[in-house]
Order: sequence, then structure tokens, then C-alpha cells
Amino acid sequence: MAEEIKAHITGVVFEIVARPGDAVQAGDPVVVLESMKMEIPVEAPRAGRVAAILVEAGQTVQEGDVLALLE
Amino acid sequence: MFRTVLVANRGEIARRIIRACRALGVRAVAVYSEADRDAPHVRDADEAVLIGPAPARQSYLAIDAILDAARRVGAEAIHPGYGFLAENWRFAEACARAGLVFVGPAPETIRAMGDKTEARRRMRAAGLPVLPGSEGPVGDLAEAERLAAALGYPVLLKAVAGGGGIGMARVASPAELGPALATARRRAEAAFGDGAVYLERYVPEARHVEVQVFGDGRGEVVHLYERECSVQRRHQKLVEESPAPALDPPTRTALTAAAVRGARAIAYTNAGTMEFLLAPDGRFYFLEMNTRLQVEHPVTEEVTGTDLVVAQLRVASGEPLPWRQEEIVPRGAAIECRVYAEDPARGFLPSPGTITRLVLPTGEGIRVESGVVEGSVVTVHYDPLLAKIIARGPDRAAAIARMEAALAGTVIDGVRTTVPFLQRVVAHPAFRAGAVHTQMVEQGAFDG
Repeated sequence: MAEEIKAHITGVVFEIVARPGDAVQAGDPVVVLESMKMEIPVEAPRAGRVAAILVEAGQTVQEGDVLALLE
Repeated sequence: MFRTVLVANRGEIARRIIRACRALGVRAVAVYSEADRDAPHVRDADEAVLIGPAPARQSYLAIDAILDAARRVGAEAIHPGYGFLAENWRFAEACARAGLVFVGPAPETIRAMGDKTEARRRMRAAGLPVLPGSEGPVGDLAEAERLAAALGYPVLLKAVAGGGGIGMARVASPAELGPALATARRRAEAAFGDGAVYLERYVPEARHVEVQVFGDGRGEVVHLYERECSVQRRHQKLVEESPAPALDPPTRTALTAAAVRGARAIAYTNAGTMEFLLAPDGRFYFLEMNTRLQVEHPVTEEVTGTDLVVAQLRVASGEPLPWRQEEIVPRGAAIECRVYAEDPARGFLPSPGTITRLVLPTGEGIRVESGVVEGSVVTVHYDPLLAKIIARGPDRAAAIARMEAALAGTVIDGVRTTVPFLQRVVAHPAFRAGAVHTQMVEQGAFDG
């Protein structure tokens, strides 16, 4: 069962750090959001493999939007 | 003096510049994005031009749209404020090509000081102390390892095209250097389109002290004393004051003299700030030069009785410097607190939203520079600075007392703000003793 990684703030996708298939540890940045000129990393909540990245750089996301799937 | 000036900014600084234009009888034209149709700076201006959609790249950073607006309204000059295009030498050059005066230094100066390693080289050549570091951008990891070992850990990685702390990283050990280098390069590339980074010695418990300078471009430079800005998060300032409480008179004299010497060496024009690191042993080192008006310029205005924005417009229009050095006499103390739409309880995360209630302080010695009104929507697109509260007093204790009352009287509903955090800072014994350093916020010294 894939776990959803959600945006904890409203912002614009600044950088996609992890790629589908990447193994990540808890706390690794998966996506970096930009909001109000700040870069805010969205981290993996646990160790796992990135199943999918659901956003593109430059895209606006709302708080709670799903950014990636972790399995 | 100009008849019409275009203000290429938004928020509190656009309003501040419009006010300076008014004081000089100059027509002020605002620009705005679709997100800012109802913004206070649009209402304040004599005329306003829509320049594009909300994202800054398509509006406040869109050089062609801004030059077009200037031509349409018959502006003779453009004031860039701070941020956005203020330190973009290509914009300054494009203004010149379009026959417009850029209110600021020459494009070549902006370019030289924008390259942080070039700035270090030029200031060292002018006799200013700089921190030990790499000569230029670091090459591969092996070179970085050699340099870092020679400097001694921890070291700081900084973006060559940097500013604002983006791409900056403290590296504590050789094992961290490789990953930190890769991250810093990626961040610098994404933010500035230039992934070059350099290394500098890291000084723990350092303080940030900067000197306001003003040049006429013909070699005449005066200083307007210093500001201390050591209360920072993410390398961004939250509280600034003048005079700097940590500075003894001989160090102040040496620091201001160094700043003037550095600015003279590059024949600096208009307002600029020389930033220094003040080490715990009392030594200071040149960090970088900001070739623009600074967010915290009001504290300098309050202690020196000057109007820096009016002076910027005067010098840009060809008038001489409005003051001789001996006419600039600091009096009393002033403190500025930056009110951001951020949540201090969640690591200063942005807090966009609509301001449903806004009560800003007034009173003896209190000045407020605000970019919002009740009903303003604070979006994700721009810097979250809502307002600056400046308190002046005959001495530092009086300024702090007034600031405490001012913060207590500030009500902002609808978004989270830094106000409660600022209240803890000004009440904190270390701040009251004038003994803060740049890492204290991140170390949690002011957490509630």
C-alpha cells in the first residue's frame, strides 16, 4: 500500500529531489516547495521507495495536496 | 529632479518610495500584478500599470513589461526598491539603454558586487579584512576538500551569485562536504541560474554589523553609521538596530572607515550597504555589499534624521550628496522589528491568508511601514513581509520600551505572524544586554 506524501504548506514546486524508484530514508527531502520566497523541503515520513512523483517543477500546490507516493 | 518615477516594486517598500516621490513633488507610478489589483501601493500611486500575472517572473521580474510601463507613462527614472530587480545588473543596463535612470549604482558595480568572490577580491585589494576562503569558485570535490582542510572545519559553503542565504551551508566535517557541495550547487543553480559556490571560514557566535554608505559616483562617499542585524532566521534578518550595541568607539571608527574606503574603491553611486561579520574577539570582516536600499534603512533614518529614499532620488537625478560627513550626527537609538506572515511555532513556515483584522501601533517614537491593510490577501507568490515597526528613543532602553508597547498594541488576524516571537526577542535578557549572535534564533534561544 503506497503512502501519500502531502504538501504541508501552500506553495510552488521549486525542485523535485527524488525520482521514481529512488530509495529514501525517513527525513530525506522528496520535493522542495517554494512559498513566499522560502524553500521548504517536504520529507519522506519513513524509509521506502518512491513509487511516483505527482507534481512538476513550477506547479502550484495547496496545503494537503498529494505530491508523491511512497511504498 | 525627475517629473515622473516608476516604482518597480510592491508592498511596504513601494509605498515608502511613493511617499518620497510625494515629498519631492514627483509623480509616482506604481506597477502591479494581477494578484495586487487592490494592493495599497496601487492606491497610493498617482497612476498604476498592470504588468502581468501573479508569479513574480511574469510581473515584478519581467524586465520588458516594466520598461514598457515606464515608456507608456513617460517616466524618466525607475526605483527598484529592494529584492526583485534591485540587484539585477541586466535590468540596470536595460534601463540605461531605454534612456531611463536606474535609481541605484552603475550596472558594472552591481555585477561586480553580485559576484561574491569578485566582491571579496576587490575589497581585499582596497585593504578591507575578508575572512579566509577560496580565491574564486571551488572546482571539484578534491579541491574543496583541500581548501576546507586548510581553512579548518567547520566551513561555510556559499553561492557565488548568492545572497539571502540561498545555497549557504555550514559543513562540520570532511564526510559532509561531498553531499553539501552537491546540494549547495543544485540550490544555487535553481535560484540564480549559476551553480558556482565558494568556501569561507565559519565563525561561531558571530554578529552581523553593516554600514550604510552613500556615494555620488565621482569618488565622494559618506557613511551613515552602522546597523546591527544579528537576530536572524534562515540568514534573514528579523530585528535590526542602530547603533550596534556591541561596538566600542574605536571599532566603530575603524568599521565605518573601512566601509567608506571600500565604497570609494569602486566609485560607488547612490545608497549601498557594506555587510561585515563581527567576531567574538572584536575583529570584523567584509562579507558582501548590497547595492541597493536595505529593508532596514529606517533605523538609520531615525538615528541620523535623514531621508535615504529622497536622497537616492536626488543623487540619481544628478544632484550632489545632500550631506557632508560631518553633518551626519547620530542621535539616540532605533530598533526595527519585521512582521512577517510566518508561523514561528512551526519553524517560521509561510502563513498565507487574508488579513481579517489589522491594528498597527502608533505613538511617540513609533514609525510603521506597512504593505497591507484589512482585507489584504497574503499570497504564496511574494516575500511575506507585512510591516516593519520602528521604535526610536533617546537611548536603547527607551527604544526597547517603546517597541514592547508597540508590539503589544499590534493585532493581526487571519494569518500567523512573527509578532509573538518578536515580543520574546525584545523581552529576552540577552537582547536587552545587547549580546545576541546570528545563530541564536536557530538554537531556540527565543522559543516560547
